[in-house]
Amino acid sequence: MKFEQAAGTNPIDRQKIIGQPTSRIDGPLKTTGTAPYAHERHGPNHGVVPNQSYGYILGAGIAKGRVASMDTQEAARAPGVLGIVTTLEQELLPPGQGIVANIFGGAEIRHYHQAIAVVMAETFEQARAAANMIRVDYDRADGRFDLATLAPQARVADESGKLKGEPFKVEVGDFAGAFAEAPVTVDATYTTADESHAMMEPFASIAAWEGEKLTVWTSNQMIAWSKGSLAKMLGMKPENVRLDSPFIGGGFGAKLWVRADAVLAALGAKKVGRPVRIAMQRPLVANNTSHRPATIQQVKLGATPDGRLTAFHHSSTSGNLPGGDVEVATQQSRLLYAAPNREIFMKLAVNDLPEGNAMRAPGEAPGLMVLEMAMDELAEKLGMDPVELRIVNDTQVDPEKPERPFSERHLVECLRRGAEEFGWNRRNPKPAQVRDGRWLVGMGMATGFRNSMATKSAARVRLQRDGSLVVETDMTDIGTGTYTILAQTAAEMMGLPLDRVTVRLGDSDDPASAGSGGQWGAANSTSGVYAACVKLRTAIAEKLGMDPTTADFTDGEVRAGNRSARLSDAGELMAEDRIEFGDLDKQYQQSTFAGHFCEVAVDSYTGEVRVHRMLAVCEAGRILNPVTARSQVIGGMTMGVGSALMEELAVDTRFGLFVNHDLAGYEVPVHADIPHQQVIFLDHPDDKANPLKAKGVGELGLCGVGAAVANAIYNATGVRVRDYPITLDKHLEKLPQVA
Amino acid sequence: MRPFTYQRVATAAEAAAAVAGNPGAKFLAGGTNLLDLMKLEIERPAHLVDVQDIEGLGTIEQAEDGGLRIGALVTNTTLAANERVRRDYGVLTRAIVAGASGQLRNKATTAGNLLQRTRCPYFYDPNLPCNKRNPGSGCAALEGYSRQLAVIGSSDKCIATYPGDMAIAMRVLDATVETVQPDGTTRAIPFAEFHRLPGDEPERDNVLAHGELITAVTLPRPLGGKHFYQKVRDRASYAYALVSVAAVIQPDGTGRVAFGGVAHKPWRVEAAEAALPQGAAAVTAQVFADARPTEHNRFKLPLATRALAGVLAEAKG
Ligand SMILES: Cc1cc2nc3c(=O)[nH]c(=O)nc-3n(C[C@H](O)[C@H](O)[C@H](O)COP(=O)(O)OP(=O)(O)OC[C@H]3O[C@@H](n4cnc5c(N)ncnc54)[C@H](O)[C@@H]3O)c2cc1C
Ligand code: SF4
Repeated sequence: MKFEQAAGTNPIDRQKIIGQPTSRIDGPLKTTGTAPYAHERHGPNHGVVPNQSYGYILGAGIAKGRVASMDTQEAARAPGVLGIVTTLEQELLPPGQGIVANIFGGAEIRHYHQAIAVVMAETFEQARAAANMIRVDYDRADGRFDLATLAPQARVADESGKLKGEPFKVEVGDFAGAFAEAPVTVDATYTTADESHAMMEPFASIAAWEGEKLTVWTSNQMIAWSKGSLAKMLGMKPENVRLDSPFIGGGFGAKLWVRADAVLAALGAKKVGRPVRIAMQRPLVANNTSHRPATIQQVKLGATPDGRLTAFHHSSTSGNLPGGDVEVATQQSRLLYAAPNREIFMKLAVNDLPEGNAMRAPGEAPGLMVLEMAMDELAEKLGMDPVELRIVNDTQVDPEKPERPFSERHLVECLRRGAEEFGWNRRNPKPAQVRDGRWLVGMGMATGFRNSMATKSAARVRLQRDGSLVVETDMTDIGTGTYTILAQTAAEMMGLPLDRVTVRLGDSDDPASAGSGGQWGAANSTSGVYAACVKLRTAIAEKLGMDPTTADFTDGEVRAGNRSARLSDAGELMAEDRIEFGDLDKQYQQSTFAGHFCEVAVDSYTGEVRVHRMLAVCEAGRILNPVTARSQVIGGMTMGVGSALMEELAVDTRFGLFVNHDLAGYEVPVHADIPHQQVIFLDHPDDKANPLKAKGVGELGLCGVGAAVANAIYNATGVRVRDYPITLDKHLEKLPQVA
Repeated sequence: MRPFTYQRVATAAEAAAAVAGNPGAKFLAGGTNLLDLMKLEIERPAHLVDVQDIEGLGTIEQAEDGGLRIGALVTNTTLAANERVRRDYGVLTRAIVAGASGQLRNKATTAGNLLQRTRCPYFYDPNLPCNKRNPGSGCAALEGYSRQLAVIGSSDKCIATYPGDMAIAMRVLDATVETVQPDGTTRAIPFAEFHRLPGDEPERDNVLAHGELITAVTLPRPLGGKHFYQKVRDRASYAYALVSVAAVIQPDGTGRVAFGGVAHKPWRVEAAEAALPQGAAAVTAQVFADARPTEHNRFKLPLATRALAGVLAEAKG
């Protein structure tokens, strides 16, 4: 099905099942510990293949250089060891999709903890002990690890975010002139930190060979991409590779790609002639895989006294391995506010740290943390309410292409509604005025903004003899609620109750879906199921001798004219289809919006920040399920608190690694950090987006949150900290005198 | 983790002898620190002597002098919840519940807690130099990422901190550590002397001899006063202290104070306590007179002053 024109009325609009606050259908599996996550697929209950052995990955102990030699003799003789594959016996594997780091093979070390061996043994403990017996000699080389030092030589990236093509800058009007003339200006530099995905379930895979055929039970967000990548890396035909990933314990973008766990499980299984199971050990996750790169950003804003932006500059510098991408921190700035004179670009500094790559709301998250702090600074200089400043600068069209409107844009409503719900009028615009005992109390807000991406997605639906339905697609549920919304979509389309629909996900043998990433999963995968259901409805109606264009599917029955039949009367039928998109997303900018509000208290003695309450008012088209959507948004808000207050991979610029590479050293918010969170969804179905009229929320919930927290801190303390995370040391000595 | 042998013992003397007679042996209590370190091969004992069956080490008893005797195996949870501790030694309860998590405190023992090793990030990565883990290899933290590390009492060999909370309260309470030595004799170690400064031997955290078993920690008679444990950290729970303050303040403003998160041992300078009535800055000026912070952790000095100021304000209020 090609979606080329705005959606008209369709069965989804009934909203009997779609849009209802349904608890996730896979919830009981999760709360009873019976959902089979990749590394648990062994033993009598979840076993997928017998005779599994354990693999343990050895990471390089240097950041740059070469492996001169490896002595595996002692390890090979250790108890239980079945075999070892070292990087020296394997030619460098070609890169998979989306990755520039070396995953395995060859003597060259390009970043710390690059995988250099995998040891297979009967037990995990044996494999681990043996891996530690491998003696490695390195030839160390000097590396480039400090972004601040590298930034002056960073080069302007091309439009794709790399250094290959022409340097790309948005230059509209006369920024320099307008900025020089602007009566009110902000000009400041900000930094955001390297962040780790730190998902609960580490990278994990089980690999088994059957002749030429390889099956990998894994934890991966993008099955079709990753199947292709794994085949390419291993020099195989794609049809000989099967991936299966029905449950994923968080990914946040880290699992968009094939990483060392899957590759080494496959190589290891080949070596020892047995299935191999690997969970990447936690201390390897931060440096072996990827992270959200740190940024140094500059914002220059010029405005007239009424708050209208006349000059807008946003630039960002980040680092990455040779060949890697820039962190697209200024991408959303091209679309967020109207300003006639604009200058926007990104710079990339080549470095030798682990690979920077996509992490939840890549670009938007650090970009909005900065831009929305700068807007707060501008509001203060203007003596204007920060909410009003955003409203004055709202745009209903793409500022670079005024002829291109937004499909739906209700940011103003998000902000007004949020201000009202949150009690924003109780905020004292003058900072450091509100006290509650030893606590300094403040409120902050920010705009949240993330695009909605249309991408093809396929599904198969099977009508069973008993009138129940099975949905099959390689779509993934990364904890987001995909099982539930796909079941809701199919149930709504076919007029079935939810419990008559079974959803099977994550198997590369099933039709290729949009996958989970970039908050595109929900809207596109449900549209794929929609397309398949439309086809199935036609097949059923035809089989029953009814007119497919008028047949109504309700309560397990099909009715047309004065005839009716049970769905089961149609017998077994199967339909497969794919949603594809025309150019509506070129004609219209399709985006999601939020107003984020936050109240914090800062301990006037210690500088510790405690968030009191948070609110997000979101516009993201039709909300397919307010329960699962809310869960996504509060997860995003929590991550935003992490970015604002504590998350930081600490770079050792001498050894070239992230030092705090475990969950004790890399702090993310715990329950005690997360107080009352409220989420409100506005009801604005987007008929230009897809047949479901839905857009994503998974990243919107994070976009802007960090700035709302930071602005609240400023309102509480009167101390502006422009370097994230805002840990207490950064404002401590500027807080009101207490001792 | 390297293969090891495992033994359970019934008496303290047996335990001490079993470890003393084997250079590769270690005691095992709750295992929440030792086992983690063994998995990373930072600790590589060849033999573990599990002390959990030893009679009489799991109780909290009234001592003859009116104080309290806490058996080495008493868990953090039990100790923090003990009625007498809550009534008379509130600083101890507050310190314990500020640490780790409920699950860990259920498992963590009094002795094991005193002996937990540093959380210096370099100590945890066997690829990097660390004199504490690998004597003579150098100290990666000295010119590296040292935000959490010591501001005082450190040496050029090591700037690690003792990371625990309970011990800071015990220091302020003037506790005593009771042990059985390998030869079967007992000794009582004043808390101030129990943990060491790193000096030239950062691998030695405390003064225990190999095979010396902690049997109890005793607290003197209650001090009265108001009890405080203020733990300052980057998140609200489940994080080690950047700085912590254990204090007992009397109605007249006199009292005692010790600091955590600042040194290789609980940091207390008794002489400075006379300045408590003059306010926090007067105290910390003396307590931290010899501080040698790094660029990353210099903030701990004003933080210690401010945290103490907060405590003193609450003591008045
Ligand atoms: C995630 C995490 C967070 C934590 N957070 C905190 C925190 O915020 N604050 C805090 O204070 N602590 C914290 N801890 C540390 C925790 O308190 C300690 O791990 C625990 O107290 C150790 O006690 P244990 O009985 O398990 O010791 P074990 O691990 O069994 O032993 C520790 C050491 O003590 C030795 N030992 C044990 N018993 C004796 C004895 N009777 N005599 C002589 N030697 C003995 C062992 O040989 C070993 O060297 C945390 C730990 C973890 C894992
Ligand atoms: S501070 Fe101590 S524990 Fe940390 S690296 Fe240096 S020697 Fe090792």
